[in-house]
Amino acid sequence: MSELLTPLLGKSYDGLVQVAELPRRGMITLRGDISTATMRNVTTGLTGTAMPGRGRVELAGDGMLAWMSPDELLLVLPADRVPRALERIAKDLASAHHLALDVSDARAMIRVSGADAAVRDTLAKLAPVDFSAKAFPAGSFRRSRLAQVPAAFWCAGAGDFGLICFRSVAEYAFSALSNAADPAGTVGHYA
Amino acid sequence: MLILTCPCCGVSAEETEFHCGGEAHLKRFGPDSSDSDFETYLFQRQNPRGVHFERWRHVNGCGKWFHAARCTQTLEIFGTYPAQTTEPPQALRDRIAEKRPGWTQESVS
Amino acid sequence: MSTRLAKGGRLIDRSKRLDFTFNGKQFSGQAGDTLASALLANNQTLLGRSFKYHRPRGLIASGSEEPNALVGLGAGGSFEPNQRATTQELFSGLSAQSQNHWPSLDFDIGAVNARVSQFFPAGFYYKTFQWPRAFWKHLYEPIIRQSAGLGRAPTARDADRYEHFYAFTDVLVIGGGIAGLTAARAAADSGAEVLVLEQSADWGGRAPVDGGQIGDLEAEAHCAALVADLAARPNVRMRNRMMGAGVYDHGYVLGYERLSDHAPGTPGPRHRLWRIRAAQIITATGAIERPISFAGNDVPGVMLASAIRDYVVNWAVSPGDRTLVVTNNDDAYRSALTLHSAGLAVPAILDARPGGGGALAAQARAAGIRVETGRGIARVLGGKRVTAVAICAQAGEGAVLETIPCDAVAMSGGWSPVVHLWSHCGGKLTWDEAQAMFRPDADRAATGADGLPFVIAAGAADGEFGLAALVANAHQAGLQAAERCGHSARSGRAQPLPEIVDLPEAPIEPVWMMPQGAGSGLRAKAFLDYQNDVKVSDVQLAAQEGFESVEHAKRYTTLGMATDQGKLSNINGLAVLAGSLNAPIPAVGTTTFRPPYTPISMGAIAGEARGDLFQPLRRTPMHDWHQANGAQWEPVGHWRRPYCYPQDGESHAEAVAREITQVRGGVGLLDASTLGKIVVKGPDAGRFLDMLYTNMMSSLKPGKCRYGLMCSENGFLIDDGVVARWDDDTFLCHTTTGGAERIHAHMEEWLQTEWWDWQVYTANVTEHYAQIAVVGPKAREVIESLGAEGMESQTFPFMAWADREVAGIKARIYRISFSGELSYEIAVPASQGQALWDRLLEAGAPLGMMPYGTEALHVMRAEKGFIMIGDETDGTVIPQDLGLDWAISKKKTDYLGKRAQARSHMTDPNRWKLVGLETLDGSVLPEGAYALGAGVNANGQAVTIGRVTSTYHSPTLGRGIAMGLVLNGPDRQGEVIEFGQLDGGRVSARIVDPVFFDKDGEKQNV
Repeated sequence: MSELLTPLLGKSYDGLVQVAELPRRGMITLRGDISTATMRNVTTGLTGTAMPGRGRVELAGDGMLAWMSPDELLLVLPADRVPRALERIAKDLASAHHLALDVSDARAMIRVSGADAAVRDTLAKLAPVDFSAKAFPAGSFRRSRLAQVPAAFWCAGAGDFGLICFRSVAEYAFSALSNAADPAGTVGHYA
Repeated sequence: MLILTCPCCGVSAEETEFHCGGEAHLKRFGPDSSDSDFETYLFQRQNPRGVHFERWRHVNGCGKWFHAARCTQTLEIFGTYPAQTTEPPQALRDRIAEKRPGWTQESVS
Repeated sequence: MSTRLAKGGRLIDRSKRLDFTFNGKQFSGQAGDTLASALLANNQTLLGRSFKYHRPRGLIASGSEEPNALVGLGAGGSFEPNQRATTQELFSGLSAQSQNHWPSLDFDIGAVNARVSQFFPAGFYYKTFQWPRAFWKHLYEPIIRQSAGLGRAPTARDADRYEHFYAFTDVLVIGGGIAGLTAARAAADSGAEVLVLEQSADWGGRAPVDGGQIGDLEAEAHCAALVADLAARPNVRMRNRMMGAGVYDHGYVLGYERLSDHAPGTPGPRHRLWRIRAAQIITATGAIERPISFAGNDVPGVMLASAIRDYVVNWAVSPGDRTLVVTNNDDAYRSALTLHSAGLAVPAILDARPGGGGALAAQARAAGIRVETGRGIARVLGGKRVTAVAICAQAGEGAVLETIPCDAVAMSGGWSPVVHLWSHCGGKLTWDEAQAMFRPDADRAATGADGLPFVIAAGAADGEFGLAALVANAHQAGLQAAERCGHSARSGRAQPLPEIVDLPEAPIEPVWMMPQGAGSGLRAKAFLDYQNDVKVSDVQLAAQEGFESVEHAKRYTTLGMATDQGKLSNINGLAVLAGSLNAPIPAVGTTTFRPPYTPISMGAIAGEARGDLFQPLRRTPMHDWHQANGAQWEPVGHWRRPYCYPQDGESHAEAVAREITQVRGGVGLLDASTLGKIVVKGPDAGRFLDMLYTNMMSSLKPGKCRYGLMCSENGFLIDDGVVARWDDDTFLCHTTTGGAERIHAHMEEWLQTEWWDWQVYTANVTEHYAQIAVVGPKAREVIESLGAEGMESQTFPFMAWADREVAGIKARIYRISFSGELSYEIAVPASQGQALWDRLLEAGAPLGMMPYGTEALHVMRAEKGFIMIGDETDGTVIPQDLGLDWAISKKKTDYLGKRAQARSHMTDPNRWKLVGLETLDGSVLPEGAYALGAGVNANGQAVTIGRVTSTYHSPTLGRGIAMGLVLNGPDRQGEVIEFGQLDGGRVSARIVDPVFFDKDGEKQNV
């Protein structure tokens, strides 16, 4: 098998904060009744995380489980485990109306990291979201927009944010983030 | 620029995250309908000065459609509620009636 | 003359000299100067020419309300016109040019306008240049444009950076004067998150200049202590050089932060536009002093009394050696006393009030200053500079009692609270008769999403001017704002207010014209709006001519319509209007206050959205390859697709022809990744697709594909594409390029809002896949050589799909065709798209395979008579117009658009319908050309009977081919009709079948 290319070919930028594409991971979009025990068991089993509440994400090692909407979850797991995971979902949810798809290549996943306040300042230049530590603590997950494209943001911990956007606009998102992270663009609002 | 609270994901966000879809609670008329019913369904819309029930989609968010009751004059948002209903919830109608004495839903439709 | 005083100047640093130029002339100022104070310190009092009459104009104010001192700043990529000298901080190397003068500031030809000003009354342009109509465009407008106008537009690309910032706070305080600081502390004490904005570099506002004792401290020291206190708090954020530009719905505020206008060359953004959401907004925006309308009130040297005080105290600049003071209130006495204690002469204070002033007047008299009550200015003498003032009785008609030599005049017509931000979002005003001003009506504040008030005015902006009352008012505003966001003062650590004792003041007496009985000669020299040259006589004329509404009078006279938006002129103007109409001022009302408070830069509005970030460009997984291989790009929505791949020296047309010939005769490959791909799954998926598409999708067998049409509920065709059934429950719907998001939204809309009980889930997986079409008679050879097995028609017929490995990559292959050729569309995960593309190119090389672009795609589909959404459709076309009746199910009782397609207009037999068109001479028909019928319509235009929708040169057929919609077209096969050309000529074309090539479809079925 040939090398799998990520949308940004692993690019990164160091400025006020570091903007870096995360290594390729498997992603599964799963729509269905997410309130059932079966759904909880199969998803948390696959990601190794807890079940996220509304507007939240759960992270554990390589696994991530994000609440996308009242009937949609995003599973993130090692890419090579996606086919087995889809089989497992199909089996466990066989009797439940659902839709599970491999979307590992549909999106770019970018990490924005550095001093916590600088990371929040950088993201606040592009998204109409309250990124204060009070409004957006670790474990928050929010779908919004990044300048002119849809994006979802989460806070993994102090100074450690992630976001996903569609693959075709990964360059745009990366450029916008790098531009916002220009070393001379200190805001000092969340400091 | 409005702030709306999406009842589906609970997020309060500015208008740029949403897309307005016009009047809510339209009844669809299909192939066997009369010309006049179909015309009303397709083209006739409320344009009240005051309470308006309208459809919004949280397009840069959870992607869900929902309904909002909004005053077109003051831009007050009386409430938002899921789109899977044919009429506004009673509690919301009561709240509006309290804030806009004399208002009834029939008075605008 | 105006000069730098030897002592004082609280804002300047005398140890730091800054050199700058004005109109090319070298000057120097001090660190802390504004451009205005530095020019004044250099006795440069003539700063520009007025808009209409080109009258000499100098500084009037010291802040953002300045109407006259507009300059062009910088050069090249940093040039910016219409900048106020009063708000521009001086920096070393600053270069400023005055505006609206020709050929020079000192000698201006346009000033002749002033001598004939009786010919330029209100509405002059409207009245004069009405007729003949054609003269307007070619004669009047060019002349007016040349002689009028303020700054010139920059020509170079803006060299600076800009950005946005989204901020959220409980309480936003706009204004960092004593009121804003006091309110901020009260709100912060209650525990609220507070953000304070100050438009200038310095905190404290007017208080340090106006003075007063607050507890143990002078006003200036008190403000400094407040700033230090606030800055140390974790729940308070303070930003100076940031103006609250506008207040909008639901607590949205634009903050305009000027990061490096005071220090150009500093790395980083020049301006940052803050997009703030505040639960509560306190407008502590202070007040603006009003000019007095007397003849010659625009002669350089006539200034606001408070501004004169500011120049002396803040920058140690004397606006003149001998400054006459004219007032209708006590505050101007502060200026007289300030000048006096700075050692400058005040030859007289003219107090228009017969009873004169209060305690401050007594102080002035005690200081030996001559005070005349009941007196006013008849006219100011001097041209480019005040030389003397003729004084008169305010109650009279302007008979001159005495002429007093002076070189500056300090005028005060009273104060108007800055109510702009209060009013932007609907806050109402009330007329305060005693103080002769409009002030915020707290009972009618702007309301937010919850229907409750979200703006509170504080301090002078709320109409409180005595220091004690002002501070108490601001403190209360802070507490109230915090409480409204759920922070109670009791739970916080509210501090008691310090003791403040104000001097007793005598009440203001409004003066709207000085002298009261001024005749027409004086009224025609009494300016209301300095920037737009509107005089008292103009407003009176407007009233006389029936422009009684303040909004009409404003537009007729242009009062308040300049870049200063009437900050100095509004109240005076509407008072004159009220006087002319014999109506009380509140009955006339104000014009609407609109954001921004002062102009903000275009760059700040654009933020990061310029250059590469102007808009998102969508890239396919093979984008870089296309770029490296010379693709000519075509924008399709936000996507970039290769239009063609010109080889050395080829024109685009040649490249397209080569690509088509190669595909038709051999094999080519196309990046089809942009096609939308939406998965629809669930027990009701078939039923759902039957509603979405005009044809039957539920009967499609797994493993097969079917072309479908999608209509809106209006009946119009909105999208088309091939649907593949993946399994019993699952379909993949291909959409047009750029249609994926729209169609996905369309699906979700119907699922969520109409058929929410149907069990269907959708997902847009467009971007997960790279899709590559291998097209042409030798396509099978290529993919078989890469290991794809069973690709022949017996096992894998046209309109089937299958999972295969191609070059070792797991792929889903769709045997569908948009070119009429044998065609395999291979979908693989996007991460492997480039790898597959590379392997296909290698494998196809011996067959001469080459990539082709969208233009070859378009020509080939047109050769086959396939429609293209957006070419053959324009939102008014139904499938029946396009001869697509075969794709409309007759069995289905319902689908979206079915009812609409039964409406009388849609079933009219006389509709424009799709045909093929061939010019008689083989040429290519012009794009969008209309087919011309006999005669003319009611407007005398040629009757049209159709139009061209697609037109190309077909290299396959060696001639022009076109598709078009023609009245009763399909019934007129063989008929020759005429199309109009842009040059007026006509071209004849024959109506033919729209399928030009391989009519029986044999090539795609091989």
